[in-house]
Amino acid sequence: MAKVVGFNGNAAVAYAMKQINPDVVAAYPITPQTDCVERFAEYVSEGLVDSEFITVESEHSAMSACIGAAAAGGRVMTATAANGLALMWEMLYIAASMRLPIVMMVTNRALSGNINIHCDHADTMGARDAGWIHLFSENAQEAYDNTIQAIKIAEDLGVRLPIMVTQDGFIISHAVERVEILEDEEVKNFIGAYKGRYPLLDLNNPVTYGPIDLFDYYFEHKRSQIEAIDNCLPVIERVGKEFGELSGRNYELLEGYRLEDAEYAVVALGSTCGTAREAIDSLREKGKKVGLLKMRCFRPFPRESVIEALSPLKGIAVLDRSVSFGGFGGPLFTEVRSALYDAPSRPSIINFFYGLGGRDIYPEDIEKALEKTEEVVKAGKIEQHIDYLGLRE
Amino acid sequence: MPPLKELAKRPERLTSGHRLCAGCGAPIAIRLILAAADKPVVAANATGCLEVSTTIFPYTAWNIPWIHSAFENAAATITGVETMYRAKKKRGEIDEDIYFVAFGGDGGTYDIGLQSLSGAWERGHRFVYVCYNNEAYMNTGIQRSSATPLGAWTTTSPVGKVLPGKTQWRKNLTEIAVAHDIPYVAQSVPSNWRDLTLKAEKAFHTEGPAFLNVLASCNRGWRHLPADTLKVNQLAVDCCIWPLYEVENGEYRLTYKPREKKPVEEWLKVQGRFQHLFSPAYRYLIDEFQAYVDREWERLLEKCGETKK
Repeated sequence: MAKVVGFNGNAAVAYAMKQINPDVVAAYPITPQTDCVERFAEYVSEGLVDSEFITVESEHSAMSACIGAAAAGGRVMTATAANGLALMWEMLYIAASMRLPIVMMVTNRALSGNINIHCDHADTMGARDAGWIHLFSENAQEAYDNTIQAIKIAEDLGVRLPIMVTQDGFIISHAVERVEILEDEEVKNFIGAYKGRYPLLDLNNPVTYGPIDLFDYYFEHKRSQIEAIDNCLPVIERVGKEFGELSGRNYELLEGYRLEDAEYAVVALGSTCGTAREAIDSLREKGKKVGLLKMRCFRPFPRESVIEALSPLKGIAVLDRSVSFGGFGGPLFTEVRSALYDAPSRPSIINFFYGLGGRDIYPEDIEKALEKTEEVVKAGKIEQHIDYLGLRE
Repeated sequence: MPPLKELAKRPERLTSGHRLCAGCGAPIAIRLILAAADKPVVAANATGCLEVSTTIFPYTAWNIPWIHSAFENAAATITGVETMYRAKKKRGEIDEDIYFVAFGGDGGTYDIGLQSLSGAWERGHRFVYVCYNNEAYMNTGIQRSSATPLGAWTTTSPVGKVLPGKTQWRKNLTEIAVAHDIPYVAQSVPSNWRDLTLKAEKAFHTEGPAFLNVLASCNRGWRHLPADTLKVNQLAVDCCIWPLYEVENGEYRLTYKPREKKPVEEWLKVQGRFQHLFSPAYRYLIDEFQAYVDREWERLLEKCGETKK
């Protein structure tokens, strides 16, 4: 019988970190992630983990220390949010380029300016091209489960890439929920022991990390990095299945809800998927054939699974909680729409921006988005590709 | 410290074949420092001349484990490596004793890397940070840094009709290190191999952070002949512009006192970057330079207990 506890998202991830017991954690506090780092510091202080905890002076140094520690050959974790992630930006690319399996929890928070501490996805979307795997969580349970799976995915010999596990700031990070936890031994056995490849601490085989790499090799190195991240999808799927066997909670790249016979669907990330389930149930009661596609894995983008799930539909509402200024639609919209270009049949797609800076989204907003999508399909013409939910115009 | 003959027999940790310029002071300093390590060394490097010239892929001049990740974070990076070492030692996965060293130029140390260095000092990691200080951003082509002395020409402090080169004095980073109350801080120079080697050995033996600020001339940026590097470096010491001293657990000690304190002009006149100071319009800057150096020198003598009462 699984043990059930009341955890907010931060506590759930801190507890996963305790069970993972990494060699090194280097982290800097930032709202709304702080609670996670505080809890981990308590585990260190109480001797409940034997991890070394580096209390760095900035997020840039947090990621730099993680890179040094991971290159030295051990298991490394960190956590951040928003501007902290932005300060790491330079180092994110370097961590991925060095193929270091660092696992980082990110509580999604709006990026300044103006300064705002609440949820949107501007932070991790800004890092979507950095070469990291991105796993989104719908609730505290998923944040916990994804964190444990992330270790196994990142360290897989066919992957060896850093992963960020995200959870919506405050909405998940600070809301106490029912969370089923595994036994320490189960986690330990699931993730297994880790031995870094080409560690700096191997004195007999000295390696040079981070040389200058010019026009004669850089391009080939980027090509191999493209292949590395593309090859992750089957590993993420396999680990999700293995985790399901252990916990009873199966994980896939994406998850459909009432999609089987649906004609219209919303595509969303994170906690909004929970809100969308409510909206869908309510519309279903009214006889509407609607569903949800939850994107768990955003990087690498599971193109084929997206086509398979969405191609049969008539219309799609893509919900974006961040903006790509000057671009045609938000990051999720752009990806989904691009994937469907080659689909056997192409549904109409509308992009809805919502929830920036922590603005709440309600089931009625999502119902409205689905209804608008249906209207567009029935009219046979999209007048407006981009719309807003919950905004005062 | 073992005799020089013994030191020379130690394995070359930075090999020949790197692409640093003829006359560069940095590799002389780095090789002397690494030869002083009596145990294995793992190094981190900030972006800069030393990094780009020793590791052009697929080649490397490093015979020791070495990591470069970015410009402003050599200190944070090496503390990550050092912390993993402690984690693994605690778990019984490693038993060798290893020294950890970070190398950065003055740009990567005085300027963009100071925050991460300060953080690493405060946390008290056991590592040696070496600033090979050539007094400007030489890797990008001679731009001023906060280590560049007053009046120096650089490409971002050019000499023009209204400006005489750099208009500010340099930051005293060695004293900033001392203010962190770390166990070992020293200034040295490759022209005095014995002084540098002794200090490097002490730094490696320090149980906690150690800082070596090493003046290492860049003949391209300072505008002197490649063969004159050590001579120009030693002149900085003999003019008391770059005093050799150490601060061990808060105790100051002057490690070299010039027999005769030479005027700063002697150092300025051998470098092209200061030539404009000798025109009548800018002569006053030499006097300011001298006054500044005199004041700093007197303060240092006092701290070192060298002032005659």
